[in-house]
Amino acid sequence: MAYKLPDDRGHFGPYGGLFVAETLMHPLTELNEAYEKYRQDAEFQAEFMDDLRLYVGRPSPLYPAKRLTEKWGGARIYLKREDLNHTGAHKVNNTIGQALLAKRMGKTRIIAETGAGQHGVATATVAARLGIECVVYMGSEDIKRQAINVYRMKLLGAEVVPVESGSKTLKDALNEAMRDWVTNVDNTFYIIGTVAGPHPYPAMVRDFQSVIGREVRYQLSEFEPRDPDALVACVGGGSNAMGLFYPYIDDEHVALYGVEAAGEGIATGHHAAPLSAGRPGVLHGNRTYLMETDDGQIIETHSISAGLDYPGVGPEHAWLKDNGRANYVSIDDDEALAAFHELTRVEGILPALESSHAIAYGQKLAKELGRDKVIVINLSGRGDKDVHTIAAREGITV
Amino acid sequence: MSRLARQLTSLKKQGRTALIPFITAGDPDPAITVSLMHAMAGAGADVIELGVPFSDPMAEGPVIQRASERAVERGVSLRDCMDMVQEFRQRNVDTPVVLMGYLNPIEVMGYQEFARIAAKSGVDGVLTVDMPPEEAAALKDALSTYKLDPIFLLAPTSTEARIQAVTAMASGFIYYVSLRGVTGAKHIDMAEVSDKIGEIRKYTQLPLAVGFGINDPETAAKVATLADAVVVGSALVKRIEEVGDRNVNDGQKEAIIESVTTFVTSLREAIDKVGVAA
Repeated sequence: MAYKLPDDRGHFGPYGGLFVAETLMHPLTELNEAYEKYRQDAEFQAEFMDDLRLYVGRPSPLYPAKRLTEKWGGARIYLKREDLNHTGAHKVNNTIGQALLAKRMGKTRIIAETGAGQHGVATATVAARLGIECVVYMGSEDIKRQAINVYRMKLLGAEVVPVESGSKTLKDALNEAMRDWVTNVDNTFYIIGTVAGPHPYPAMVRDFQSVIGREVRYQLSEFEPRDPDALVACVGGGSNAMGLFYPYIDDEHVALYGVEAAGEGIATGHHAAPLSAGRPGVLHGNRTYLMETDDGQIIETHSISAGLDYPGVGPEHAWLKDNGRANYVSIDDDEALAAFHELTRVEGILPALESSHAIAYGQKLAKELGRDKVIVINLSGRGDKDVHTIAAREGITV
Repeated sequence: MSRLARQLTSLKKQGRTALIPFITAGDPDPAITVSLMHAMAGAGADVIELGVPFSDPMAEGPVIQRASERAVERGVSLRDCMDMVQEFRQRNVDTPVVLMGYLNPIEVMGYQEFARIAAKSGVDGVLTVDMPPEEAAALKDALSTYKLDPIFLLAPTSTEARIQAVTAMASGFIYYVSLRGVTGAKHIDMAEVSDKIGEIRKYTQLPLAVGFGINDPETAAKVATLADAVVVGSALVKRIEEVGDRNVNDGQKEAIIESVTTFVTSLREAIDKVGVAA
């Protein structure tokens, strides 16, 4: 690959890096060394690929959405079915990888943060499989919104710790997980769920997730004798998007679209779209685009989708925005809901509300690009977890 | 020599360990902070550490998190904190003040602008919790331009190589984090602190302050036998919170000042009873 970022201290241009208190500097150095060693280790990679195949069920299908294509009347639409993975989302690709690393580093306890609960479930799942202790931090607001995932984590043997500080959502869960890690650093491995956090997490999570894009490369050739014209994925922290984009990053003829959550609309200020409407700053160990006040306080975000409700974004996305390689757009709550219903009725697939943002933008792009083009949309998770949210919003009692 | 270096060196010559109390600026009310700073200086604080409120204080335990939340709710900004120092300086030109906070508010203001205003306001040192030396070159340059001391942390997990890198970049003093954990935690291991301080002293002549987990005069006295300065934060902030945490009235303000004065005095007395660090 011509693209070589990040540098050895985790920088993507001015973004990324390692902004943590001193206590975590050495543990992060150790993690980076372990990761550098095992990413090139044939045995580690073979075990990772076996787990993805036999436990996760990979490769996930690339599905030609013919009815959707016909209905939208534009570009040919392919859906990368990450929703069919074990645990129902792309998150497990990364937790499998980090859990294998934790095992090799001799760690006996795993912690994680979660927003929608998908990463928490994926972490609790791998911890159950390894038979090791697992603690998941989750904002108390998110616990209310995602009761089913909370119960799933508990069934899997994880302790779910409600976080009451700040806005009681994903960012606060991440703060609390960091506080746990700094306290229990000797025996604990912190599995971050997205391409954010201090180096090496953004690069490591991207690498584990890039199986998505690598599969698309060979799967698409079954249907199309060419590369896709555009890739579309939703962006909260941005791990499913980086996983899809990264293997195509040198292929400039493939347009990349990251879709942020516009919530109630960018103009209202009630959204979760730092790339579209934020500015650079430092949070959670890296420099990236943030939603913040003029004084540099991080502000609360709004999205119908808990998984996109995060005021920051992976630093590599910040870099791809600035250098123009990727385009970042936004979809509001109503558009995402409409896309949820559209895919459910037309193709018989219930997408997660996060992924519904990508579907909604895919529809716009399909019309814009026209019939001869090819679009791959990452269907990052399934929507079963959101059924109650959708029903409540539409005034229906389930 | 900076006000900070002058103060700590002079104390060392006198055989005394410095006391550095910490409060969060604007907690529980922006109007009380300057009075509290004067009260602490009067009760024997040698340096004052003023916490800059931040929405996401990742290294803080629950007590300072809540203080930070209260101050953020009151709209206390980095600029406000520096204004408070400037007001403090109208009646106190001797007690050094160190701002302790997180990088993002400084990023937003811009390093040069921040350093300029901080120096003009009478700030002496800046401790940015989430800014390790590896990322600190530009901020350190800005601080040095305005003769402000960049204060860096060392921790139980710091390796020999990291101790060398941090001591090479720091000035003013080194802040040793006494435990694996957040501020206000309760498992300080005195033997480990002693060993690590010995290791750090091999690489630097700078004064060593020790903080995190020093909750009472007894612990402060023990740490004073090892360190050049003792930092007490959560235990003090907790006393403020116990009097009143929201919409404090005048009576509560007086009670807060009295409680802080009493506690800082007790720390001072405990520290002065023991000898200075070897």
